[in-house]
Amino acid sequence: MAEIFHRKLERTAIGFVLAIIAAASVGGIVEIIPLFTIDETVEDVPDMRLYTPLELAGRDIYVKEGCYACHSQMVRTLADEVDRYGPYSLAAESQYDHPHQWGSKRTGPDLARVGGKYSDIWHVAHLINPRQVTPESNMPAYPWLAENQLDVYQLPAMLRAQRMVGVPYTDEMIENAAMDAIGQANPDSSQASAVIERYGEATEISTFDGIRGTVTEMDALVAYLQVLGRLTDVAYLQPDSDEAPAAAGALASELIAPPDQE
Amino acid sequence: MDIDHGTLVAFSKSWGLFYLIAMAIAVCIYTFWPRNRKKFTDAKNSILRKDDRP
Amino acid sequence: MVAQLTKPERQECIVIVLAVLALGAILAIAGIRDPLGVHGLLIVALCLGALLYLLNRYNDPEPTGDRSTVYYDDPTRVGIAFTMVWAIFGMFMGVWVAAQLAWPELEFGQAWSGFGRLRPSHTTGVIFGFGGNALIATSFHVVQRTSRARLAGNVSPWFVLFGYNLFCILAVTGYFMGITQSKEYAEPEWYADIWLVVVWVTYLILYLRTLARRKEPHIYVSNWYYLAFIVVVAMLHIVNNIAVPVSLGSAKSYIVWAGVQDAMIQWWYGHNAVAFFLTAGFLAMLYYYLPKRANRPIFSYRLSILGFWGITFFYMWAGSHHLHYTALPHWVQTLGVTFSVMLLVPSWASAGNALMTLRGAWHKVRDDATLRFMVVAAIFYGLTTFEGSFMAIRPVNALSHYTDWTVGHVHAGALGWVALITFGSLYTVVPSLWKRSGMYSNKLVEVHFWLSLAGTLIYVFAMWNSGIVQGLMWRTYTEGNTLAYSFVDTLVAMYPYYIARTLGGLLFLIGAIVATYNIYMTAKRGPVADEDRADTPILVASDPQPTPAE
Ligand code: HEC
Repeated sequence: MAEIFHRKLERTAIGFVLAIIAAASVGGIVEIIPLFTIDETVEDVPDMRLYTPLELAGRDIYVKEGCYACHSQMVRTLADEVDRYGPYSLAAESQYDHPHQWGSKRTGPDLARVGGKYSDIWHVAHLINPRQVTPESNMPAYPWLAENQLDVYQLPAMLRAQRMVGVPYTDEMIENAAMDAIGQANPDSSQASAVIERYGEATEISTFDGIRGTVTEMDALVAYLQVLGRLTDVAYLQPDSDEAPAAAGALASELIAPPDQE
Repeated sequence: MDIDHGTLVAFSKSWGLFYLIAMAIAVCIYTFWPRNRKKFTDAKNSILRKDDRP
Repeated sequence: MVAQLTKPERQECIVIVLAVLALGAILAIAGIRDPLGVHGLLIVALCLGALLYLLNRYNDPEPTGDRSTVYYDDPTRVGIAFTMVWAIFGMFMGVWVAAQLAWPELEFGQAWSGFGRLRPSHTTGVIFGFGGNALIATSFHVVQRTSRARLAGNVSPWFVLFGYNLFCILAVTGYFMGITQSKEYAEPEWYADIWLVVVWVTYLILYLRTLARRKEPHIYVSNWYYLAFIVVVAMLHIVNNIAVPVSLGSAKSYIVWAGVQDAMIQWWYGHNAVAFFLTAGFLAMLYYYLPKRANRPIFSYRLSILGFWGITFFYMWAGSHHLHYTALPHWVQTLGVTFSVMLLVPSWASAGNALMTLRGAWHKVRDDATLRFMVVAAIFYGLTTFEGSFMAIRPVNALSHYTDWTVGHVHAGALGWVALITFGSLYTVVPSLWKRSGMYSNKLVEVHFWLSLAGTLIYVFAMWNSGIVQGLMWRTYTEGNTLAYSFVDTLVAMYPYYIARTLGGLLFLIGAIVATYNIYMTAKRGPVADEDRADTPILVASDPQPTPAE
């Protein structure tokens, strides 16, 4: 039976191609499709907020510069990682990350919880010349970020595209994206309070690069770095969050897909 | 969605296992089917024949 | 390049080039305020060059006689040239980025030359540029020989080859400008991705049509591997790259997948790119060129079939081992480990099959550097797959992940397996393609072999050391139960290894340059073997110790 079947497949290479697809696709289907039902679970983090336009622009710069080549954004459920970086990462925290930036190599430290760890000034100095701050560092310098103006008028299109891939930006957020970016980098301005209104109290309003009146790529990137790990507090609220279980993993996955779901 | 995560996981895991076993059996039958022996021997020697023209 | 094309076919080429030129012009106009416009202009410029060439050669003499009675090897020859150019480019970038980690000043303060932008140009350059061209070129050669039929098309092989290289050029030039999706090994943006799909579908059709013409009843196993490579890479590429462009005038897009799903799809892609790009395709080379060069059939044909289905089936499950201890559900991680370990069986079956082929013929390996390339490649393949399965086990992965151990593992595979099998295959096929009795210089092949081997070993040992050292330092506690080392402490410990690794890479690069020179000289003026009689069996296979060329 199998033999005849295979003979036929072989004569027409098309059949052979189908056989390859059949054999090769199972693994992916089995492992990936169920993940999409998780979506329902992770969405229920009540205090999860969206990236503001400025933070999103910063994220785009992070993506553009390929920071993922040296930095992960995924604290694993291992005791030493939790001690070094903070509570381990939950799926919910990257639910709006298109694409994810979990990374695969730590030439530099993990950044999943870097938000709030340093001052804005520190980040600016560090990005302009890492070796000024950490003499032993081999991180590249990004001085031009402080000079490049951010094209804020592109931002509505960015938010709209984000909405198309599933991030729940409202019409209002999209319309005001440019102004919100300017507002977030200019404390005390009239736009600043509108940002808070739209994106929540936890939003950090700051001059970021220390210069008022302009919005640079540095503003955006620092705003993004400062929000890393702070879109939601859920990771900090778990019991034992600063003491990862010895045989971790099981616990984390339960949190992601609690058995008593529904 | 009415299919919940648990069912889907259970289904994909068991189904994947069956698929694995069925595939393995089919491939073994094909590979060791006595009548295929000659074909395979031919194939493995065929590439060593002259190959300058179609 | 046009010598084998008839007038109507040359016209067809011109039409295709014009169509691509028009697409380029559209991108240039739509993206006038965006890096996309630069890419549009680049496409226009490349097409103009191609057009000039085609028009210039338009009136060259047309081929005479029945073309179906000869193999079509021009695309393979050009593909080999591309392979070597990309090898030098990609490996040079590799040495550069390696050096940047040891001496960060080597970024020269420019935006385009920072590590984050150069690193993908290295990976794309070697994987897609060098590896991809080698696969396409050799697949054209092998499918014709094993089917005893000419390629089923005269224009489409060129379309595949040049179209693919256009993709690589867009990818690499894009990174310098900051055009990237930042998904590892899938960095190119949406328009390049769509273009690759067009090229790839053409490739598949060409391949299937050639197989349909075959005179052999059975499809030789190499073609199975090449087919799996073509089909599955298409599948992976499409699923992993579904994205929404910000606008049609923008190079930037957002991938539709997010967070944990994106991570899983990314590593499903990433790991299977290793499987079907860097393993299946190169096993196809192994199963053809190794028997050919050794002049003895593969040890067990059946084993090659079992290995094929094992690899095709198992690999797809293994990707999740890249995400151990992360927010990926636990059961997916467990499946990943299980299959990663099972993968060892088909992998070792393939490696063993290669080595057993040479039983009783080890003197050939001693004397023939080309064969030695392939044998060492098979050994590295066996070692790397063992290491891979080992590293997929969760506790080991806890230590190795995020460190240079992974980088070392990848390079054991990429340098030791992929590059060595490629060089071995090229040294086998080049003399026959250019109808020479052997390579221009066997001494240089020998030199290349030792440079490559030394480079690989230095590289891999440096990375093993640095990876394990850093992994251990990260998790070392003091007696007071606090972490013993700051991150920077562990970084400082890496510098000696980074320097050693750069040296290893440099040796490998020099080897590739030597190889390029040797291949060039063989094509230009290597020893001529019965040039006027195209039907003589030229393959060096029967002659494992070709006499030195000079
Ligand atoms: C060549 C690898 C490399 C690249 C690329 C890189 N970094 Fe770093 N990064 C490092 C290293 C090494 C350190 C640790 C030493 C230091 O503080 O500079 C570091 C540290 C950091 C820190 C401080 C983290 C902490 O917890 O102390 C931040 C923030 C940071 N990098 C952000 C970035 C951003 C943003 C980018 C992309 C624009 C980037 N890095 C690109 C290697 C890199």
